[in-house]
Amino acid sequence: MKLSGWGRFPVVECHIAAPRNQDDLIRLAQSRPLIARGNGRSYGDSSLNSQLTLDMRHMNHMLAFDNETGQLTAEAGVLLSDIIDTFLPRGWFPAVTPGTKFVTVGGMIASDVHGKNHHKDGSFGSFLDWIEILTADGEVQRCSRNQNADLFEWTLGGMGLTGVILKAAFRLRPVESGWIRQTTVSAANLAEAIDIFEASGSSTYSVAWIDCLSSGPSLGRSLVYLGEHAALTDLPPEKLKAPFETPRKRKLNVPLDAPGFALNRWTVKAFNAVYYKAGHSKSGTQLVDWDTYFYPLDAILDWNRIYGRKGFAQFQCVIPLAQSKAGMQALLKAISAAGQGSFLSVLKRFGPQDSRFSFPMEGYTLALDFPVNRRSLDLMDKLDKITLAHGGRFYLAKDARLKADTLALSDTRVSQFREMRKSTQAAETFSSAQSDRLAL
Amino acid sequence: MTDTSKQKTALILGGRSDIGRAIAHRFAADGYTVALAARNADSLETDKADIALRYNVPVSLHELDVLDTAKMPQFVDGLGMLPDVVVSVVGLLGDQAENETDLEKATRVMRSNYEGPALLLGIFANLFEQRGSGTLVGVSSVAGDRGRAANYVYGSAKAGFTAFLSGLRNRLAGKGVHVVTIKPGFVRTQMTEGMKLPAPLTAAPEEVAEATLKAVRKKQSTVYTRPVWLLIMFIIRHLPEPIFKKMKA
Ligand SMILES: Cc1cc2nc3c(=O)[nH]c(=O)nc-3n(C[C@H](O)[C@H](O)[C@H](O)COP(=O)(O)OP(=O)(O)OC[C@H]3O[C@@H](n4cnc5c(N)ncnc54)[C@H](O)[C@@H]3O)c2cc1C
Ligand SMILES: NC(=O)c1ccc[n+]([C@@H]2O[C@H](COP(=O)([O-])OP(=O)(O)OC[C@H]3O[C@@H](n4cnc5c(N)ncnc54)[C@H](OP(=O)(O)O)[C@@H]3O)[C@@H](O)[C@H]2O)c1
Repeated sequence: MKLSGWGRFPVVECHIAAPRNQDDLIRLAQSRPLIARGNGRSYGDSSLNSQLTLDMRHMNHMLAFDNETGQLTAEAGVLLSDIIDTFLPRGWFPAVTPGTKFVTVGGMIASDVHGKNHHKDGSFGSFLDWIEILTADGEVQRCSRNQNADLFEWTLGGMGLTGVILKAAFRLRPVESGWIRQTTVSAANLAEAIDIFEASGSSTYSVAWIDCLSSGPSLGRSLVYLGEHAALTDLPPEKLKAPFETPRKRKLNVPLDAPGFALNRWTVKAFNAVYYKAGHSKSGTQLVDWDTYFYPLDAILDWNRIYGRKGFAQFQCVIPLAQSKAGMQALLKAISAAGQGSFLSVLKRFGPQDSRFSFPMEGYTLALDFPVNRRSLDLMDKLDKITLAHGGRFYLAKDARLKADTLALSDTRVSQFREMRKSTQAAETFSSAQSDRLAL
Repeated sequence: MTDTSKQKTALILGGRSDIGRAIAHRFAADGYTVALAARNADSLETDKADIALRYNVPVSLHELDVLDTAKMPQFVDGLGMLPDVVVSVVGLLGDQAENETDLEKATRVMRSNYEGPALLLGIFANLFEQRGSGTLVGVSSVAGDRGRAANYVYGSAKAGFTAFLSGLRNRLAGKGVHVVTIKPGFVRTQMTEGMKLPAPLTAAPEEVAEATLKAVRKKQSTVYTRPVWLLIMFIIRHLPEPIFKKMKA
C-alpha cells in the first residue's frame, strides 16, 4: 500500500501489518527490517519502511490509571485524543502535548515531543516513567531511568530505531477546567518577540505565530500567545457549572486536493497580513477552550491537502540561546527574500534539555512549512546552512529531505546513535526511509 | 460510584473481533455494563481494563465456543444475569476453494456462521420472551442475500442465520422482545486485512457499532452498513439468473 507521512511527501509503497497484541507483534517482527508506525502525523518518512511497516493503532488499550499520581499505563497505539476524551472530564490533561491530538503514545515517545510549555516542563520524556519495548533480540523489555536506562534514553527521541514500543506509563497533569486563559501580545518584529518570550518565562504556555513574509524593520513581526489552565476562580458563573464542558466543534473537511496555485506568495502574504491584523486587534486576555488553544488545525480534517498533490515539507530547527537572535534573523531574512512564504510559521522558546537523541535544547525553535517544489527545496537547503552556522539542529519528526552529512554536522550525538544501533543489532532490524536517507 | 443496579447490560458474543470490540465500546460509552464472550476469554483482560477505564462501567469476561452446543445452557447459566441486549458477532469467512472440497472445513464455516450463533440466540430468545423484554442482534452479512461463486459456503450459512433472525423477530413481535439483523457489506477488520476493498463501500468497525446501537434504540429490523449496500444488494438479488451466471461474482 502507498504510504506517506502527514506532508504527503515522499510516498512509498509499503508492506503493512497490524498487530493486535504482543504475540502478534513478536511473530510479525521476525520479518526484518521493519519500522513501527503510529498515526502517521510525522511529516516526512520516519514511519515508512517498504518491507514492513507495523501499524500500531490496534494496540490501543488503556490499561491502568492512578488517581493519586495521574499516571496512565497505556499501549503504544492509544491516541492522545482518546486520552483527553477519557481523562479531561475527570480533571486531567496531557502534561506535554504537540500541536495535534491525533498522535499515538508510541509516536510521542519516539519523537520525544515538545509542547508550548517546554521552557517550563521539558519534553514528553519528563513525564514518562517506563516503557516496554521489543528489541532486536526479539525480547520485550521493561525499561526506565533505573532499569535498562540506556535503552530507555536512546528510545526517547529515537524515532522508532531502537525497537517497537508496546506500552508506557506516563503522568498527566491535574487541571480544574477545560479552559485556557489566553493572553495575546503582538510584537512588531523578531527582537520584540524574543523580549516577550524572555519576560514570560513564568507563563506555562507560550508560542508565537510569525508573519514570515514581513521584512525590513518589521522582519519577524508576530503574535505571541501566552496561556494558563484556567482555575475555577477564573471561570464565569455559567462555565462553573460544568468546568470541563467546552463547545464541540464542527469539523471542516478539505474535500479535494487544492490546486497547486492556491497557495502562492500572494495568497500567503494576504493570509498572513489579515491574520496579524485580526490577532493584533484581539490583544489582551480571554478564555479559550482547550481544543482551540492547543489544536487549532485539528478542526480542519485533512488540512494537509491544501498544499495540493505534491505535498509539503516542514522545516524545524532549534538554535542555541546565545545564537538565537542572530540565527532566527538570518533564517527569516532568507525566507522573506525568497518570497516562499510559509502558511504557518511558529516560534517557540525551549528550556534546557539534556538527552541522548531528543530534538530540544535550550534556545529558540522555528517551524515552517512549504509546498514541495524546486524553489522551496532549494530554500530549505539554505535554511539548513544557516542553522548549521548558528550551532542549531533539526527535528527529525518534521524532516523529509535533510541530507546525511548535514545531520551529522549538526549534532555530535549522531555518531553515538549510529554506534549504539550497530552494537545492539538495531541497525539491521529497525529502519525507516528516513534512517536510510540519513544513514542512521 | 455509579449505581450498577439500574445499568443495562450488553453481552457481546465474539468480543475479540474488531466489530465486536467496536460494539462493546459504543455500548459502554452509552452507559451499558459490558459482558464479552469469546474463546480464550482470559486473553481479553486488556480489553476489559480498557473499556472499564475509558467508560467507567463494569466489564466481565466469559468463555464461549459456539461450536460446543452442548455447553450452551451452562454458558447462559454461568453469566449470573440475563442481559438486556445480546449481540452475536461470531462468524468465520473461511476459504471458499477449500470449502468446496474439504467437508470438515465447510462444516466448520456453516456451523460457525449459522448453527452456533442461531442456537445460542435461540436460548436467549426464550429467556427474553419469559421476561417480556430484551433485544437480540445478529451480525449477518450481505453475502447471505444471494449465493455467489466467490463465497457461497459462507454466504449460505449467513443466509440461514438471516432467515433464523427474521423468524425470531416474527415470533417475538408483540412479546416485548426485538430482533435486529445487521448486514455489513465490506468492513475494514482483521477478517478482510490485506484485501483491496473499495473505500466508498467499506465501513470502519465504528460505523457498524454506531448503526447497531441506533438499531437497538430505534427498534430497527434490518440494517445495511454502509446503507449503500441496501441498493447494491437490491440490484444483485434482482439480476436475472442468466446474467448473474455470466458475472461469476
Ligand atoms: C499539525 C501538527 C502539529 C504538530 N505539532 C508538534 C509539536 O508542537 N511538537 C512536536 O514535538 N511535534 C509536533 N508534531 C509532530 C508529531 O507530534 C510527531 O511527529 C509524532 O511523532 C507523531 O506521532 P504519530 O503517532 O503520528 O507517529 P508516526 O508519525 O506514525 O511516527 C513517528 C515516529 O514514531 C515512531 N513510532 C511510532 N509508534 C511507535 C512505536 N509504537 N514504537 C516505536 N516507535 C514508534 C515511528 O517509527 C516514527 O519514527 C506535529 C505534527 C502535526 C501534524
Ligand atoms: N469484515 C467484513 O467485511 C464483514 C462483512 C460482513 C459481515 N461480517 C461479519 O461480521 C462479524 C465480525 O467479523 P470481523 O470482520 O470482525 O472478523 P473476525 O475478527 O474474524 O470476527 C469473527 C469473530 O467470531 C469469533 N468466532 C469464530 N468462531 C467462533 C466460535 N466457534 N466460538 C466463539 N467465537 C467464534 C471469532 O473469535 P476468535 O477471536 O476467538 O477467533 C471472532 O471474534 C462476522 O460475523 C462476519 O461474518 C464481516
